[in-house]
Amino acid sequence: MPLYHTEDQAMLADTARQFMADEGNIAKQLRHYRDMNCKDGFGHALWKQFAELGFTGILVAEADGGLGMGHVEAGIVLEEVGRNLTPSPFLTSSVMAATALGAASDELRGRYLPGLLAGDSVFAVAIDEGPKHRPERIATKAERAGNDFKLSGAKTFVVQGGSADMLVVAARTAGSDEDDAGITLFAVPRDAAGLSVENARLVDSSQAAHVKLDGVQLDADAVIGEVDGGREVLNRVVRAGRVGAAAESVGVAQGSFDMTTTYLKQRKQFGKLIGEFQALQHRAAHLYSELEIARATVIKAQQLLDAGSDKADLMVSVAKAKAGKAAGLAVKEGVQMHGGIGMTDEYDIGLYMKRDRALAEFMGDLYYHADRVAKLSGY
Amino acid sequence: MSDLEAFRAEIRAWLEENCPPEMREPPRDEDDMCWGGRNFQFKNEAQKLWLERCAAKGYTVPEWPTPYGGAGLSPAQAKVWREEMNRLGARPPLSSFGIWMLGPALLKFGTEEQKVHYLNQIARGEIRWCQGYSEPGSGSDLVSLQTFGEDKGDHWVVNGQKIWTSYANKADWIFCLVRTDKANKYQGISFLLFDMASPGVSTKPILLISGNSPFCETFFDNVAVPKHQIVGEVGRGWDVAKYLLGHEREMISGAGGNDRLNTIGAFAKRNGLEDPLLRAELAMFDVDALAFSAMGEKFLDEIKVGKAHPAQPNMMKYAGTELNKRRHELLMAAGGSAALEWESESSNHGGKARSWLRTKANSIEGGTSEVMLNVISKRILDLPGA
Repeated sequence: MPLYHTEDQAMLADTARQFMADEGNIAKQLRHYRDMNCKDGFGHALWKQFAELGFTGILVAEADGGLGMGHVEAGIVLEEVGRNLTPSPFLTSSVMAATALGAASDELRGRYLPGLLAGDSVFAVAIDEGPKHRPERIATKAERAGNDFKLSGAKTFVVQGGSADMLVVAARTAGSDEDDAGITLFAVPRDAAGLSVENARLVDSSQAAHVKLDGVQLDADAVIGEVDGGREVLNRVVRAGRVGAAAESVGVAQGSFDMTTTYLKQRKQFGKLIGEFQALQHRAAHLYSELEIARATVIKAQQLLDAGSDKADLMVSVAKAKAGKAAGLAVKEGVQMHGGIGMTDEYDIGLYMKRDRALAEFMGDLYYHADRVAKLSGY
Repeated sequence: MSDLEAFRAEIRAWLEENCPPEMREPPRDEDDMCWGGRNFQFKNEAQKLWLERCAAKGYTVPEWPTPYGGAGLSPAQAKVWREEMNRLGARPPLSSFGIWMLGPALLKFGTEEQKVHYLNQIARGEIRWCQGYSEPGSGSDLVSLQTFGEDKGDHWVVNGQKIWTSYANKADWIFCLVRTDKANKYQGISFLLFDMASPGVSTKPILLISGNSPFCETFFDNVAVPKHQIVGEVGRGWDVAKYLLGHEREMISGAGGNDRLNTIGAFAKRNGLEDPLLRAELAMFDVDALAFSAMGEKFLDEIKVGKAHPAQPNMMKYAGTELNKRRHELLMAAGGSAALEWESESSNHGGKARSWLRTKANSIEGGTSEVMLNVISKRILDLPGA
């Protein structure tokens, strides 16, 4: 399959680009909800519009009322989200939770998917337990009590956790913290007794929660997939999250880059446009090169994932690492090349830097994924 | 089964049947590759057989039209060909500047007679070409070149000097930039083809820091070149030259290379990998190498259907060569003192060290990294005054 968008995908990209630029732009969404100190950090009206366009069901099977598309299509939406810094629960709900629910029973899918498709529901995914992404280690326990399970533990960096109607929680039903086996995924409703969610506003004005599970009692119906066999589904969820975050990073990088090259063509110093200085031209050209490579890596990973290739896992880590690297460079060069104005809150370039920082951390940073590439390559 | 899958099965079976086992290993270095030409000495029977079998099917240049010696594959089929070659670890049957550089230029600018004549020779590996571009005073500023062809009616008489002519001493013919009009800088250059055995042509290898001499000085002393041996119009050679440079840069970038050769961490581990910081550097490198291999695939896919920016080969060249230099720095570090050996049998006569030094030219030849960044600034980013 060639590494560019099909005609249908290019049409979707046009739709997403126009919609996000018109409705999801920084003034209307990010700044608006940030400045009103919104507890969700995003607009529910926009989330409804995502649903009207079908975006919320991109990864939901057609049999369940979704569009039954793949990670390439989800990535198309995420790139525009990134470019416009559009706050939305798309990545956690429609990419990660939807991937988890894909493995769930008819009953659970019937309970949760209609709300997602309609843009009424928001879901979060609770995996990490410390300040760094380490899904290999799950200590949160789910103990059997008859037909029920009792969940105890603490989760960190649960993006949109405070707004979520349901949280997908990875817990341990057997084995020790680092075991591959013995993981079970649960769909935990927001109002479950013993569940406490403490919202924290992050540097980029997104909301992520500290979640405590203090003997949360769930019946067996809440299990997503197989008891003790959740690792495989969890892997699918994190891969979806990683490649999705990588696509969003490419959008962040592109948005920051476009803003910066525009500035290079406008700003004058020493009687010249600063874009005439070779010192800046070469750095901009290098950044272009890194950004192009990151974009290629992300679409390669998306296609491999959609094709079910056994090379997908490696390439997803390459994509998350490379996109993070390119976006990190894009925002740092962006602020530097803007000079003093880049340090002001009034100007948007700094918002890109903040978003990149949060996205870089989400689902594993450059160091985590480079290490993973080494391990998967046998060293 | 789709047509493409049927094609894949056919190619896979053909390769299994026809690619000799010795040709399923990457070449050790440039000297171990098959370059073809009048005087080429095959390393072994397998190398000869592999070339003959591929040439008979048009597989030395799978995408060229069949009348010109190719197999006429579509972009999608050619991708399958590359994937199946990589899968087997098969090395290219023929490597040549004719395939990478002159061929594409002839396909675009050549007359029908030129295409039939020269392209078939290239495809069969009969003629080995070299490139006469740089001159002692014209490196990055190539357009200032001085080699002059004086109009003598039915032929030109060429005088001047080229430098960094890769394998000029082994090549049969040269494609050469020659000034045919001294008054016109850009539109005074013509793109000429001539036999290196012509009276007045001489070459002198240049000893490089690698201890090898892949490049030559090439001298022209009253060399007669018939008028029909021009590609494109008189005075419009710069257009051909620039088009060809795009292909040269694509070639040097390494896009479409064998995936298995791109990453180095696992390879480095064979010598033991006890230093965690070196391991980290290797991991960071492998991320970039795998990412660049996706870029190479995307670039080739896009260029075949006209979706790539016309100046994109400059980006590929910049990124690919800088990556390759980093690759060899790390291979030297991973190799330790063993990689320093210059003449021993066990080191394949300094293979690692010589390759490391050879790569330093990657970001100079075919346009320096700095020139590539200039071109990206100007043609892709449209930055002012660039």
